[in-house]
Amino acid sequence: MLSNDTIKARLIDKFGEAVTNFAEPYGMLTFEAPKDMNLKVIQFLFDDPELRFRFLTDLQAVHYPHEKERELAVVYHLHNLTDNIRIRFKVFTGITNPDVFTATKIFEAANWMERETYDFYGVNFVGHPNLKRILNVDEMDYFPMRKEYPLEEQTRVDKDDEMFGR
Amino acid sequence: MPRPVRYNLSGENNMKLVKEGPEGLEGEGYFATSLDKVVGLARKNSIWPLPFATSCCGIEFMATMGAHYDLARFGSERVGFSPRQCDLLMVMGTIAKKMGPVVKQVYLQMAEPRWVLAMGACACSGGIFDSYSVLQGIDQIIPVDVYIPGCPPRPEAVIDGIMKIQDLVGNESLRRRNGERYKELMASYGIQ
Amino acid sequence: MSDHINLPEGSIGKHTTTLNLGPTHPATHGVFQNILELDGERIVSAEQTVGYIHRAFEKIAERRPLYQITPLTDRLNYCSAPINNMGWHLTCEKLLGIQTPKRVDYLRIIIMELARISDHLICNSIVGVDTGAYTGFLYVMQYRELIYEIYEEVCGSRLTTNIGRIGGFERNFTPKAFERLEKFLREYPEVLKEFNNMFRRNRIFMERTIGVGPISAERALNYGFTGPNLRAAGVDYDVRVHSPYSSYQDFQFTVPVGSTGDCYDRFLVRDQEMWQSISLIEQAYRKVQEFKGSESEVYHADVPEYYLPPKQDVYTKMEALIWHFKIVMGEIDIPPGEVWMSVEGGNGELGFYLISDGGRSPYRLHFRRPCFVYYQAFEELVKGSMLSDAIITMSSLNLIAGEMDG
Repeated sequence: MLSNDTIKARLIDKFGEAVTNFAEPYGMLTFEAPKDMNLKVIQFLFDDPELRFRFLTDLQAVHYPHEKERELAVVYHLHNLTDNIRIRFKVFTGITNPDVFTATKIFEAANWMERETYDFYGVNFVGHPNLKRILNVDEMDYFPMRKEYPLEEQTRVDKDDEMFGR
Repeated sequence: MPRPVRYNLSGENNMKLVKEGPEGLEGEGYFATSLDKVVGLARKNSIWPLPFATSCCGIEFMATMGAHYDLARFGSERVGFSPRQCDLLMVMGTIAKKMGPVVKQVYLQMAEPRWVLAMGACACSGGIFDSYSVLQGIDQIIPVDVYIPGCPPRPEAVIDGIMKIQDLVGNESLRRRNGERYKELMASYGIQ
Repeated sequence: MSDHINLPEGSIGKHTTTLNLGPTHPATHGVFQNILELDGERIVSAEQTVGYIHRAFEKIAERRPLYQITPLTDRLNYCSAPINNMGWHLTCEKLLGIQTPKRVDYLRIIIMELARISDHLICNSIVGVDTGAYTGFLYVMQYRELIYEIYEEVCGSRLTTNIGRIGGFERNFTPKAFERLEKFLREYPEVLKEFNNMFRRNRIFMERTIGVGPISAERALNYGFTGPNLRAAGVDYDVRVHSPYSSYQDFQFTVPVGSTGDCYDRFLVRDQEMWQSISLIEQAYRKVQEFKGSESEVYHADVPEYYLPPKQDVYTKMEALIWHFKIVMGEIDIPPGEVWMSVEGGNGELGFYLISDGGRSPYRLHFRRPCFVYYQAFEELVKGSMLSDAIITMSSLNLIAGEMDG
């Protein structure tokens, strides 16, 4: 049976110092790698006969505006269905140059998830076959999920109450 | 013209011959009323709705159409999906900004006279989704006749809304759609 | 008209037709667009556009205290809203470290399995509608009302239930709720059987669905399929079994799997799951009845920080008033943490990824919406098939626009 410690040991064996920040919040192994190595790590996790992380459960981004050069985190949730174990893998990128390699060559499922992430946060997935907005209108000129943009529809005039309005 | 039905079980003498009908002059074998009222009567009992269902409210509409609540009792069982054949646009569910032009297009394709019913909080005002991607009420792009509040409204509320529409349809003057006021209303939405 | 139609270069001479299916097409059962390239009636390529009811749940959730996010989850997959509610409550409970009593778990299972039945019922009857059998739909719609009546008795609303709270339910199940549950368990199996008789070995239905929109297990996994659609392709992955939540480990049930992943298998898998759900509800109801004495009155965990006190206490007791105020005004800070929780939703693995930085609302909340993930396989499913097959494939995938667009 595969355990978090085994996975961690295998990863350190293979990538050495490159994989960092191991943690286990609520029992799920979480680690980080430099952004130009994301595909190597995912491919290794996929191919390795012991690890077999062959199911991409989820992919999304998080915006940390106060961390310089590490503003955007792309988070992968991978699942080994044979041993039933999940891991979380993060890569961080600066917001001025948000280029991350696409995982679509390994997982077809990543296609729309990456488009969604691009749509919300503007992460530029290098090599993606069709990287364009998916949920928002094509004319939108900003990335709405970034922390600096407001949630509310700006055209409303009836919600200007001092106590309960905006 | 509706078939005269005699329900006079209790022996009343001044009962109307027609169960539900317009005011008019009636006597032995004839009934006279104005054209407006006859047309209204015909229209209101044969509304063809176009269900523009986008989300949760659409599921409640399915329940309303189903056997349990049965919208067909109101002459609206013929749900059409071609805007050119329908009189009533029922907008049910959230209309996002991406969807806005589609709603307007559908409305424009409908022939006059046409009515619009906004079902649910989202269609009425944006509802709980006060967010950058949601249109804050469909009345920003097309004129609405009846609003049904609720998230989602119960089928009873939908039926009530349909009956309100029936009242509007039945009492509408034939000249309304040619009037200045109506043209102004349309112009305010940028519709010719 | 020339303003509206811009024909691409050389389109006059080409042999294929472009057909725009959606976003308001009656056969799409939801708002999404497919631009199909047709050679006669065969589909050469398909391009899907989604986002027509994108409502920015994730952004809204960043501004709301935990308990106010429950109504948002209702509106994801509105055919099985209670599962989403419970999934969200379970996520919060995982983050906050709340242990729920067994009785709450079992009551939750009753509600979740009812929701699964109503979800699968709609999907299967819509497949029926698209193959030309409207009767089945009208027939079972009437019995879905029985499920709605149970919800109504438990939480007061029908569709967008907002059922339960963090830590349990807002009130105990009334005797009437159990009465209605019994009525449902009595009447529904007969109806489901009859519904199946109408389709299962129906020649027309079989011809229309067998071999339509198939997918291999390997491709399905690669595309991130989950739920009944993955199981129809032959993979026995079910979150209820793989990472049991809400005490699913205490129950006996089988996970039905198909073999070819076509529309017929998807129909059968959903059908079998409904039978399993009925059995789960019966088991859970039996277990609930076994609680005696004070245990039979438990309907929530004892967590005053997150669970609203009873209203009469708010009016008479200081402490209860303070908790009530703090909870309602969103004054309670959430512990920082990062948590992933997934539940088996109506159409697949519904995941919640919650990051809290210790503030009053989540720092980031991501919903893994199963149909968003698997809808991208649509082109592969329908390529080379007939136009009418594409419609059935679409409805048998159980695509819920509200969930897809987030």
